[in-house]
Amino acid sequence: MKPLLNSLPETVFTTKVDDLLNWGRASSQWYMLFGLACCAIELMQTGGPRADVDRFGCVPRATPRQSDLMIVAGTLTYKMAKRTKLLYDQMPDPKYVISMGSCANCGGLFQLAYSVCKGVDKIIPVDVYVPGCPPRPEALTEGLMRIQEKIMRERWLVKPPANGDSVGA
Amino acid sequence: MEAKEIYGRLEKKFPGKVSGFQGDVFDPNLHVDPQTIVEVCRYLRDDPELKFEVLSDLTGVDLPKENKIQVVYHLYSYSHRHQTVLKADLPRENPRVSTMEGVWKAANWMEREVFDLFGVVFDGHSDLRRILLPEDWVGHPLRKDYVEQEEYDGISTQRAPLVEKLLR
Amino acid sequence: MLFDFANVLVFMTLGAAFVGVNLLIGRFLRPSNPQIRKLSTYECGEPATGSAWVNFNMRFYIVALIFIVFEVEIAFVFPVATAFRRWIESGRGLFAFVEILLFVGILFLGLVYAWVKGDLEWVKKVKA
Repeated sequence: MKPLLNSLPETVFTTKVDDLLNWGRASSQWYMLFGLACCAIELMQTGGPRADVDRFGCVPRATPRQSDLMIVAGTLTYKMAKRTKLLYDQMPDPKYVISMGSCANCGGLFQLAYSVCKGVDKIIPVDVYVPGCPPRPEALTEGLMRIQEKIMRERWLVKPPANGDSVGA
Repeated sequence: MEAKEIYGRLEKKFPGKVSGFQGDVFDPNLHVDPQTIVEVCRYLRDDPELKFEVLSDLTGVDLPKENKIQVVYHLYSYSHRHQTVLKADLPRENPRVSTMEGVWKAANWMEREVFDLFGVVFDGHSDLRRILLPEDWVGHPLRKDYVEQEEYDGISTQRAPLVEKLLR
Repeated sequence: MLFDFANVLVFMTLGAAFVGVNLLIGRFLRPSNPQIRKLSTYECGEPATGSAWVNFNMRFYIVALIFIVFEVEIAFVFPVATAFRRWIESGRGLFAFVEILLFVGILFLGLVYAWVKGDLEWVKKVKA
C-alpha cells in the first residue's frame, strides 16, 4: 500500500489536511547541531535564552536520525564534506538545510584556500541561505521563518499544481 | 642567557656545523647542518646550563628562489627562560632530515604537519602520514609551485568568477 | 465481577487502538524514501566499522543490581501503614514499625557489605 502522497484531488478537506501537516512540521523543526566553526557560537546563542529559537519549536538534536533541519554553521572543508554528505543522507525525509554564514554559502572569507569547499551547496541541496559573518541570532531566526514559509507552501497529499512546489516521494 | 651566548656555546661544541647567526632580529636564529641537527638538539636539551625542555614549534619555509626548503625549530627553556631558533636547509628536490621525535615527543605531530604541507620526509618517524589534509590528497599545498587539483572526491574546486578575476 | 474484567478489556483495546490508528495514519501520510545511504548505520559521518556488540563494564551491572534491590525495598516500605492497618488499630503500631525497621536494617547490612567490599567504587583500584 503506497503512501497517499501527491495523489488526492484538491478539495477543501485535503488542502486543509495538507495545511495541518505543514503547520505541524513547520512548528517543530528539530535542527541538527552542525556547528563547524565560528557560526556555531551564534547557532548556540540562537538556541540560547536571549534569542530563543525553542519558542518556535526548534530543539537541538545531535544525531541526524532525529532531526529534520540541518543548519550548516561554519566553514566546510573538503575533508568534512564527505562526512557532511553522509550525515545529510542519513536524515529522514522531509529534510531541509539552512546554510548559515558566508563560509557555508560560498566559501566566504576562505574562498582562496585550497582545503575549503566553496559553499555547502556543492554537496547538499540548500533551502535557505543566511548571509552574515556570523549572522546575528535574529538573522538566523529570519532564515528559520523563511524555512517555515517554504514548508507551508508545500503540497503533500494533494496533486501539485503544474508549476508550483512539488514534494513527496 | 642571551642568544649570542647560546650560539657561542653551539659553535664551540659543534665547530663547522652551525653558521649564519642572525642576532639583530626579533627571533635570533642559527643555521644548522641537517645531518647533525638531532645531536645539536639533544645537546641543547640535555646541557644543564641550556636545558631546552620544550620544542615550541616545528615549521617549514619554502624558498624556491634559493632552491631549498627550510625546517625551523623553535626551542624554549622553562628553567632558564630563554629561547632559540634553529634552521635546517634541505634541498628542494628530495627534502629529507632525521626526525626529532626521539628528543622531544611533541615533534611527532609537528613533523607530520610539515610532511603534509611541504613534503619533507622525516627519517625514523614512527607514523609519517598526513595530519591536516585528507589521506588521499594529492600534492603539498604550502609549496610555492603547488597547483590545485580540478576536483576532489567529486566536488569541484572552482571558485566564483569574480574571485578568479580578483586573483589575477 | 465479570463486568470489571470487561472494563479492563475495554481500556486495553482503546489504548492499543489509539496507538495503532495513529501509527496507521502516519504510515499513509508520511513520505517513504528508503535509500542505501539513508539506511546505513550511523557513526558520526564515518562508515561504520566493527561490530556493535561490545563488552559492557561490570560496574553498570552491579550498580543496577543494588538499585533494584533497594527500589523493591522502597516498594515494600510504602504500603506498610495500610497493610498493617489492623495491628495499628488494635494498638500494636509500634510492633509494625519495629518490624519494618528490621527489614530495612537487614537490607542496610547488605549495603554495608557491598560498600566494604569496594563494589560501590566506580574507579576500581588495581592491585599492583
